[in-house]
Amino acid sequence: MSRLPVKKTYKLFIGGAFPRSESGRTLEAEGQNVARGSRKDVRDAVKAARAAQPGWGAATAYNRGQVLYRLAEMVESRVPEFAELCTGRTEVERAIDRIVWYAGWADKLPQVLGGSNPVAGPYFNFTVPEPTGVVAVLAPDEPPLLGLVTRLVPPLVGGNAVVAVASETRPLAAIELAEAIATSDVPDGVVNLLTGLRSELGPVLASHMDVNAIDLCGAGGDSAELERAAADNVKRVVHGRADAQSPWEISSFLELKTVWHPVGR
Amino acid sequence: MTDIERKRDRTAVPTDWTYAPAPESRDLVRLRERYGHFVGGGWIEPADTYATISPSTEETLATVGQGTAEDVDRAVAAARAAFANGWSSLPGSERAKYLFRIARLLQERSREFAVLESLNGGKPIKESRDVDLPLAAAHFFYYAGWADKLEYAFPNRRPAPLGVAAQIIPWNFPLLMLAWKLAPALACGNTVVLKPAETTPLTALLFCDVLRQAELPPGVVNVVTGDGRTGAALVEHDGIDKVAFTGSTEVGKSIQRQLAGTGKKLTLELGGKAANIVFDDCALDQAVEGIVNGIYFNQGHVCCAGSRLLAQESIHEPLVEKLKKRLETLRVGDPLDKNTDVGAINSKLQLERITELVEAGKEEGAEIFQPPCRLPEKGYWFAPTVFTNVAQSYRIAQEEIFGPVLSVLTFRTPEEAVEKANNTPYGLSAGVWTEKGSRILWMAQRLRAGVVWANTFNRFDPASPFGGYKESGFGREGGLHGLEPYLRFEE
Amino acid sequence: MAQAPALPAGFELPLELRLLRIGSVDAVALEERAASLAKRSIKKDAKVFALELAIRTTDLTTLEGSDTPGKVAALCSKAIRPDPGDPSIPSCAAICVYPNLVPTARERLAGSGVKVAAVATGFPSGQYPTKLKVADVRSAVELGADEIDMVIDRGAFLSGRYAKVYDEVVQVKEACGEAHLKVILETGELGTYDNVRRATLLAIAGGADFVKTSTGKVNPAATLPVALCMLEAVRDVHEETGRRIGFKAAGGIRQAKQAVQHLVLVHETLGSDWLTPDLYRLGASSLLNDILMQLRKERTGVYQSPDYFTLD
Repeated sequence: MSRLPVKKTYKLFIGGAFPRSESGRTLEAEGQNVARGSRKDVRDAVKAARAAQPGWGAATAYNRGQVLYRLAEMVESRVPEFAELCTGRTEVERAIDRIVWYAGWADKLPQVLGGSNPVAGPYFNFTVPEPTGVVAVLAPDEPPLLGLVTRLVPPLVGGNAVVAVASETRPLAAIELAEAIATSDVPDGVVNLLTGLRSELGPVLASHMDVNAIDLCGAGGDSAELERAAADNVKRVVHGRADAQSPWEISSFLELKTVWHPVGR
Repeated sequence: MTDIERKRDRTAVPTDWTYAPAPESRDLVRLRERYGHFVGGGWIEPADTYATISPSTEETLATVGQGTAEDVDRAVAAARAAFANGWSSLPGSERAKYLFRIARLLQERSREFAVLESLNGGKPIKESRDVDLPLAAAHFFYYAGWADKLEYAFPNRRPAPLGVAAQIIPWNFPLLMLAWKLAPALACGNTVVLKPAETTPLTALLFCDVLRQAELPPGVVNVVTGDGRTGAALVEHDGIDKVAFTGSTEVGKSIQRQLAGTGKKLTLELGGKAANIVFDDCALDQAVEGIVNGIYFNQGHVCCAGSRLLAQESIHEPLVEKLKKRLETLRVGDPLDKNTDVGAINSKLQLERITELVEAGKEEGAEIFQPPCRLPEKGYWFAPTVFTNVAQSYRIAQEEIFGPVLSVLTFRTPEEAVEKANNTPYGLSAGVWTEKGSRILWMAQRLRAGVVWANTFNRFDPASPFGGYKESGFGREGGLHGLEPYLRFEE
Repeated sequence: MAQAPALPAGFELPLELRLLRIGSVDAVALEERAASLAKRSIKKDAKVFALELAIRTTDLTTLEGSDTPGKVAALCSKAIRPDPGDPSIPSCAAICVYPNLVPTARERLAGSGVKVAAVATGFPSGQYPTKLKVADVRSAVELGADEIDMVIDRGAFLSGRYAKVYDEVVQVKEACGEAHLKVILETGELGTYDNVRRATLLAIAGGADFVKTSTGKVNPAATLPVALCMLEAVRDVHEETGRRIGFKAAGGIRQAKQAVQHLVLVHETLGSDWLTPDLYRLGASSLLNDILMQLRKERTGVYQSPDYFTLD
């Protein structure tokens, strides 16, 4: 006699919890009912991200690197499950390797992107990269896992909190990733994942006055409209690529702070 | 004592010491009556013109062009042609030499430029002489050196110029902002259409003569003067690849909207409402100097001005007393007088804006202090002003005044100072005054601002990146980081 | 003596809610402020005023082992009548000499209004027992000095024995009687502006009528930032307590331009009230002729040669 499997309810990931959409709506994708996030879900996610960001940004770079490495461990332990939800094992392995690659950047960025500046006067002057704050990510539809990881991890490494909208057509990998994140050491609220329609969620994120930057990777033809909305609070707008790996991907979500101090007796 | 020694006039000894006027000579500046737009290495006749004045006397200095869409179009075409016809493919080492030449020419002609800057903009000659001009020349010198070293600035990337950069600059540091814009753009191999501010076009127009002396190829730099309409026409133009704007947050947002979907690169350096935070253990007299320099430098026409003084309550009273006494020694008046500390307000419009906000401050219940000072009858003037008893909610504590007006607020703990300092949509700069090293770093980490001055204020250097967080804009000018906005990276 | 606290007993504090801050000084900002004040452009009448003021506040000084009555007598003549050809030129404030030469100076200056200042307390090092220093002062006063320029014990100050420094100032002040006390800090040996400020306040607390930068025997001496630092302390004392303390810049001031820069510092820090020999002095030996040359240049419009000004 075969056992009837218990099926998963696909939910959002906000502030470390897995709520249903407050709207009560779902959307069928990949044969499953996934939550169809709403304006208010965006509101809650941004709020959670804003609350979590200072702690994450203030964590030591070494600590952030370790936390992200731990996330790679969590994904590695679920390779078969992830492989089912994306283009296969190769994509999962690339995603894991990418997380590990970025994890190693956490404590090297300030040396590569910042430094001391030789000003003409009795001052010590240095520049350090700092997180911009709350970053919205519109993940690409494909590849479902690697695309999200590619866009999600760079802002995280730099100390930002992220609200990401998953692939609209293939959101299940994102939900699986949320579960891996929940079991890793990433603090609650640092990553928030929404599923639903980009056309609904994108404009809310783009115009949100408490979002500092937006990655329009998955925006497609809506880019111009979203960019216009982003100007309301002078958001940093990034047109990320679905498959890229470089420290400059991180720097798009960083501010540079320059500090002066006199040098005297 | 001998008789001869005894013989001596016993005239009454004067008791007060008034400095005699010490005006810098205007003779060095020879203005033309009328200027066109500088396009393709020559002057084109403007369709429409307006008078540019001296804000300290209201006298007309020259007539300049009000750039039309057509003028902009010609300038962009000239820039495109210059980009294609050699500038972008010129070896970096050759581009560098042009920039070095420009730096040297500015040094050689610095007195002339300083006088003109003070005439057209109203800033004290000691500032245009000691700050604007040396920094402008230094900026060209700094970026000249980068022109042939770009690949070392961006390891593992292949930098290439963008094309034509549209640059719109403000009226507070006309020549210095020109330098901040042109130097990195040219070093990176771009060509430029520059629009100076409506009220202060003259040093940019004089600068075209420096370009002639430097033998810069025609069309590499084009200057179109005019008001906001000219700027809008430039931003809208299809032939540009990048916009760099320094000015108000309001205009910055509209430019960002305008460029949405075009793929043009954008950098914005916008407004600010910086907190200058003074702890009770600071070096007090130097903090007072820093506060004065933070808000009265250039009549407070500074986007990173320390316009909100956050004083620790335990030092508030003596600090404000010292500050008021110090204000009484500020010399307000003729911008060309070498002893002038505070010059003229840049324009009638700006004077009206300052006056309106100061009235609002009084109505909201803040206590106003202005030192006794005789302001000239002609021209636009505003006495250095301090508001005490200011609440965070008052307009004078929230809005950028862009004038010599300081709002004093208090705090009790470092946490509260950070909270109040960051409680604004802006994030350009901040100041911290304390003798405690660890607290400086603690504060510096938490202040959401692109520049943090600790135990100093309003320091600038070509090697030091400058730019804002939040609604103060994005992108950096100065330093290695100032190159990136003018480059694309080939895959 | 045991290590004293930063605020020694007897440090006169006002009985106010707020204590006088010892405070600290940021070197870079202080130097920048001094440099910016030095750029004031003082022209025409304002320059003549400053040059004449510089003469009126000058302590014409000779402090050499080779000083003789003849040398001092000549200097006294110069102090009374700096330019024999121009009776409108005012006299100097004082002659500053070693104690042995006080009687000569006293005699030559009698009735002129020019004061006699004597250095004392084991000038310039101050490395002598306190009782000898006090005796040195008493003897100078007995010889007829109107003013005593004492040195603080820098050895004590730099080893943190502030109370010893303070006690000596108190004892010397007492020994001065009617004579005015100027306390020399020898700022060139103090190392930091924080120390300059601290020593200034300490000297004032001990009873100094004037604080003075330097002996003239150590470099650097009366630099502009040091002067500004001390002037700010003097201003703070005045604001907190109402006491008006004088200031004397001495050492290294050789040119009229430097003197004018020093006067600008006083003017913009303490105001016109301090522009009087009662509250301000310039200690100098070779400065006077340069001022005379500048004054004659202002009056004639012609650049001058030192050949036309007497060396005294």
